[in-house]
Amino acid sequence: MVQIKRLQEDGIDTLAVIGEIDASSSIELDLSIAKSVGEGFKKILVDCSSLEYISSAGLGVFMSYIEEFKDKGISMVMFGLNEKVANNFSILGLADLLHICSTKEEAKQLVNELSV
Amino acid sequence: MAYFLSIHPHLRARALIRITFLGAFIAWLVLIFSDVTILFSDIRGLHPDIPVWLPRLMFDLYVLCLFYYYKFKIEKEESLNFTDLLWRVFATGLVATVVSLGLRLILFLLGDTALATNILFTDVIYHINLALFLSFLMAAFTSWKRLILYQKSKWLIRVWTVFEFTLLFALLYDSLNSGTNGTLSTIIAIMLGGLGLVLSANMKWVAYLNFKQKWTSLLLLVLAFFYLGYFFYTTTRLADFIGIQSTSFLDFREHTFSLSIFGFVMVYSLFSFLVILFNLPTSSVFEQKLEEVVNFQRISQSIQTEQSEESVYNILLESSVSSVFADAAWLEIKSVSQEDRLFTYGISEPETKAIQDHIINNKIKGALDQGIDKTKNLSKHLGSLKGARFRSLLSFPIVVKGESIGTLAILKELPDGFNKEMTRVVSTFANQAGISIENFRLLEEAFQNERYKEELKIAKTVQKSLLPENLESNGDFDIAAFSQSADEVGGDYYDTIRINDHKVALIIADVSGKGTTAAFHMSQMKGIFHSLAQQELDPREFMVRANKALVFCLERGSFISAIYFVLDSENGEITYCRAGHCPVLYYTSATDTSAYLQDKGAALGMVKNMTYCNMIDVYKIKYQKGDVMVLYTDGITEAKDSKGVEFGYENLEQTILEVKDKGAREIQEHLISKLFDYSGTDDINDDFTTMIVRFK
Repeated sequence: MVQIKRLQEDGIDTLAVIGEIDASSSIELDLSIAKSVGEGFKKILVDCSSLEYISSAGLGVFMSYIEEFKDKGISMVMFGLNEKVANNFSILGLADLLHICSTKEEAKQLVNELSV
Repeated sequence: MAYFLSIHPHLRARALIRITFLGAFIAWLVLIFSDVTILFSDIRGLHPDIPVWLPRLMFDLYVLCLFYYYKFKIEKEESLNFTDLLWRVFATGLVATVVSLGLRLILFLLGDTALATNILFTDVIYHINLALFLSFLMAAFTSWKRLILYQKSKWLIRVWTVFEFTLLFALLYDSLNSGTNGTLSTIIAIMLGGLGLVLSANMKWVAYLNFKQKWTSLLLLVLAFFYLGYFFYTTTRLADFIGIQSTSFLDFREHTFSLSIFGFVMVYSLFSFLVILFNLPTSSVFEQKLEEVVNFQRISQSIQTEQSEESVYNILLESSVSSVFADAAWLEIKSVSQEDRLFTYGISEPETKAIQDHIINNKIKGALDQGIDKTKNLSKHLGSLKGARFRSLLSFPIVVKGESIGTLAILKELPDGFNKEMTRVVSTFANQAGISIENFRLLEEAFQNERYKEELKIAKTVQKSLLPENLESNGDFDIAAFSQSADEVGGDYYDTIRINDHKVALIIADVSGKGTTAAFHMSQMKGIFHSLAQQELDPREFMVRANKALVFCLERGSFISAIYFVLDSENGEITYCRAGHCPVLYYTSATDTSAYLQDKGAALGMVKNMTYCNMIDVYKIKYQKGDVMVLYTDGITEAKDSKGVEFGYENLEQTILEVKDKGAREIQEHLISKLFDYSGTDDINDDFTTMIVRFK
């Protein structure tokens, strides 16, 4: 089960993902990102510090937005991934496609740089 | 007796009926003979050769035999209904009366001859009549017993038992003391009278007769009265005639028993007659209630017997109309997917439409729309519709799963044709119909699910056939593979194909997600593998083309991770390209070390544009004898134990090292059994696949 908390500050939408993302809960993640995009945010941060597990379906959700973000000029940065989750991202080759930082400060800086 | 008990109960009952009948007949013969002898001796002033108590004893025996005869014949016969019982009594009476009338005819023909006036001859005639009379009384007694004890209570059974034993006591007491003058006889008579009256108040069976049966019963009872009167008159006359000349004969009038049983049969017949008569006007109400129950059952059972919802609707229409004596009804079923359906009874569709339109045009709020949840009496609105024959209208919603799916409307030509009771009955019907329809739909769903299951089973066998039965091998290596799906069908794929005499292509792939969708993509992957691998493509080129093909097939968010290998035995080289799949575990025998191959590569179907070729790389390894290459899907590393801890990469590596010197098949079997041990079940909640390549 997953819980997603959204927090908006300085034009940045931060999505804190808490729990596990599997095939069924990935829909929730998809909805949250879609909502953020729909509200017109150009800077999105994904806080993965409380994300314990992510399945291939969950990874697919992040992946599915790559093209859309590029087209709309939206930048998304993820941070705080634990080792296992980070490994999952890197195995899939998503680490090269997504922006991943270790801390929130770094992520904030990166997202601001990217959207300039 | 033991023999009797062992034979079939039906045959036993028949044998008992015959025995009791024979017993009664013999007792009666002895009775006549002894009574005539005593009477003869008395007239001649002689002392009789036989004891004077013999006729009385035989009379008791006769009555007891009759009692048991009718007990087996009437009381135990379960197939008899109420009118059948009355009919039995009537038939017995008819036979007895016909025989008696026959005797009268003979007497009439004999005229005033010496024989006709002979006291002994009269005694014989008297005894025949008395026997017939008693036989009729006992038949009636047994039938009445069944009627009285219908829907019995413990208390009623007790009263009846007391009544029967008192009668038996009276019978025995009579045969010990001739004459009804004793105080005890009076007490017995009063007691029997009281008990008889109490028992006669039990008339529950009358309520269950329908109108026709009530008339039949009345007729049968009238005839029974006639028989009773006739026999009482005949036997009394004959007894009087004999009594003038001698008192030494068996006079039934001195018997408390005979008189009591006659009185009881008479009283109960009279009570029954009156109760039935006064119940006649209300019998239609009972019948209506009964019909409601039957109709109700029909609706409930229609779900099991009927083939379609339509039948349920039609039964609902008929039942509602017949239960409230309506003239017409219609049923409108709204549905999202189909057109609205209209079922009518006793009314044409145009007429229905006219009434519906009238109600809609008059903007009668909530009248026939689907939103209503209450029964509505709309009769007053019909008055304003010209040319309509109906003057009363009731509408009911039909609710399935808390949602109104239609309206039931009941019409009558009479104004104010529906009372509260009728409204309640029909709304109950509508509710029941809702339940039936809901059940019906659930049943349909269950059937549908069953069919899907069957189809999934077929899909499973089809998918099984997509995985190769035999894997390629040559002198350099052996391959063993194992795959299992969490659902009926899964998204894991592995395969081998021989490119030429020294090159073999290998693939392992995992479609994101599980189940049917994954299975479809897996079959696409197989198609891609088989068409591209044969073209002797460089692994990078293979991946680029596969990605290009898959990007447009996979839906948003789906991808396939894969590793494609080309094993070249000519120069002992593995060329591979990893597309987001779990890293290969490679054991090098020369250094006795194992490691996960670190390389880069993005999964297939994620990137649409041409940049994909930059996201993957081709790697080469020289293999040597004794090396082991372990390919797997994430179902293996992510398999959890009871505490939720994953199997992980280290466990996998350790497990392989334990059997590094064994053949491919043994390594694979060891890994899978380890995995099952670890998870504590062989039902792992993910698709998992492993492929072991062992070089030799």
